[in-house]
Amino acid sequence: MKSLRGEKLLRGGLRMGKKALLLAILIALLFLGVSGAVFAQDPSGAKTIKENPGAAVDYVWVLVSAFLVFFMQAGFAMVEAGFCRAKNATNLMMKNLMDFAMGSLAYMAVGFAFMFGKDVAGFIGSTGWFLRGSDYDVGRYLLYMFQVVFAATAATIVSGAVAERLKFKAYLIYSLVISALIYPIYGHWVWGGGWLSNLPFGLGHLDFAGSGVVHLVGGMVGLAGAIVLGPRFGKYGKDGKPRAIPGHSITLAALGVFILWFGWFGFNPGSTLSAHELRISVIAVNTNLAAAAGALAALATIYLKTKKYDIGMTINGALAGLVAITAPCAWVEAWAAVVIGLIAGVIVVVGALALENLGVDDPVGAVSVHGFNGIWGLLSLGLFADGTYGNYTTEAPHVIGLFYGGGFGQLIAQAIGALVCVIWAFGLGFILFKAMDKLIGIRVPPEEELSGLDVKEHGTAAYPNFPYVEEIGA
Amino acid sequence: MKKIEAVVRLEKFEEVKKALKDIGYPGMMVTRIEGHGKQKGLVQQFRGREYKLELLPKIKIEVVVKDEDVSLFVETVVEAARTGEVGDGKIFVIPVEEVVRIRTGETGEVAI
Repeated sequence: MKSLRGEKLLRGGLRMGKKALLLAILIALLFLGVSGAVFAQDPSGAKTIKENPGAAVDYVWVLVSAFLVFFMQAGFAMVEAGFCRAKNATNLMMKNLMDFAMGSLAYMAVGFAFMFGKDVAGFIGSTGWFLRGSDYDVGRYLLYMFQVVFAATAATIVSGAVAERLKFKAYLIYSLVISALIYPIYGHWVWGGGWLSNLPFGLGHLDFAGSGVVHLVGGMVGLAGAIVLGPRFGKYGKDGKPRAIPGHSITLAALGVFILWFGWFGFNPGSTLSAHELRISVIAVNTNLAAAAGALAALATIYLKTKKYDIGMTINGALAGLVAITAPCAWVEAWAAVVIGLIAGVIVVVGALALENLGVDDPVGAVSVHGFNGIWGLLSLGLFADGTYGNYTTEAPHVIGLFYGGGFGQLIAQAIGALVCVIWAFGLGFILFKAMDKLIGIRVPPEEELSGLDVKEHGTAAYPNFPYVEEIGA
Repeated sequence: MKKIEAVVRLEKFEEVKKALKDIGYPGMMVTRIEGHGKQKGLVQQFRGREYKLELLPKIKIEVVVKDEDVSLFVETVVEAARTGEVGDGKIFVIPVEEVVRIRTGETGEVAI
């Protein structure tokens, strides 16, 4: 028994060794590719400010927005911790901390180049590895800073869907893969000049701040992870019916939603990448209204079903509204943002309960919030775009949705993008989690799951001086 | 001598304590416990699904009293701890054979 296990570990180690070697070779090749290339453009910023004195306010706007989006990591950490049990809080904090660390490094090494490097066949970017060469430039660094916090948002969404049972080392590998490959390549198709942005319908597939690029990608990879892992112990009764596994702190979860809502004021308005586009005020209002409408609609929906003012679902509802408005926020007016948010609030409640009934255990509702409403957000753009904003610019041609007489063109482009995103993110996510499961096993052993991941994986309980009692619903 | 075990609501403990002090029983042993009676816990809800809190927190007070004080003691606790709703708790009266004060070695009622 023991020797078998040892051999397995050894083989695992060898395999990891080979992988590391391959990675090293790849990295070396990338450096070679860069070293011959190009002079630096403007690493000091002196040239940029001389040519365009107005750049200062844009740089401040984009960086402050990026810092707001960074703070959303704290929001996700709090929502996830609050919705899960105290015995897994350390593990969730580590995952939320390390996906940002891994994501920042992976996105600097290759992710940013895949997403925003020189386009190859509409499929992938190919320059700017390690932010070197011509990418050593204040403008490119600005773009990296703004984009890396988005990449990390996509990454951190998944930790909620796989919470309370995924091994920490599997999560580290996953963080690397989503930030280096899954997110940036799809992102290139939409934001890096790739094929989806050039679809021959409407103005091509559009996604202002990432209902698809960030949230649908995160939601679908999360769905794949939750399916491969299977439900937590105790989630389903002997009769197969889903049961409540109450989280340990509604207070933390509510704090998390406030932080996320706040961070979203950087996420959406900041995505103009310019303070000179005064459309930012419209985007901020739309963002706020959709969140408000999402919270209200989710509250109403769950109240009709349970006759309780359920805060968990209301929190999910506010986030659902935010996710849905993320794609269309620049192209719609206030009343449309309210409608988009209201529908998002209904979708999130119905979606979360339906997913549980289908046997998929998503402890925090990440798939319904980010996945289902990511799709809704993309589609809503094709319906409600009112013809006052163009192709990520105030210049014409403007985007006109179905309800404003623009016909089905934009809606078709949105639907194609959503479908491609679902296939890409769910497909790669599924392959990734299955492959890791075969190679290293992704689920913690049963006894560890029951006693909590905190002590076994990390050696530290989150609340060592507080005993806790676990309640599981009937 | 009798030992009185009174299981009362958390929120009624301060009232019970004061009432017992007023009738001359300042000393007591107190334990935080969890349990349920016929009422069988509470139903709560998390993200749209119900679950049952089978065990509810209660306070258990234990005091040993002279036989002649039992009825006054019990009445006092009942009056102070009652809300009229399910979950008010219970009082148990148990015979005590002997009491010893460790410091002096005194036994019987003087040691209470």
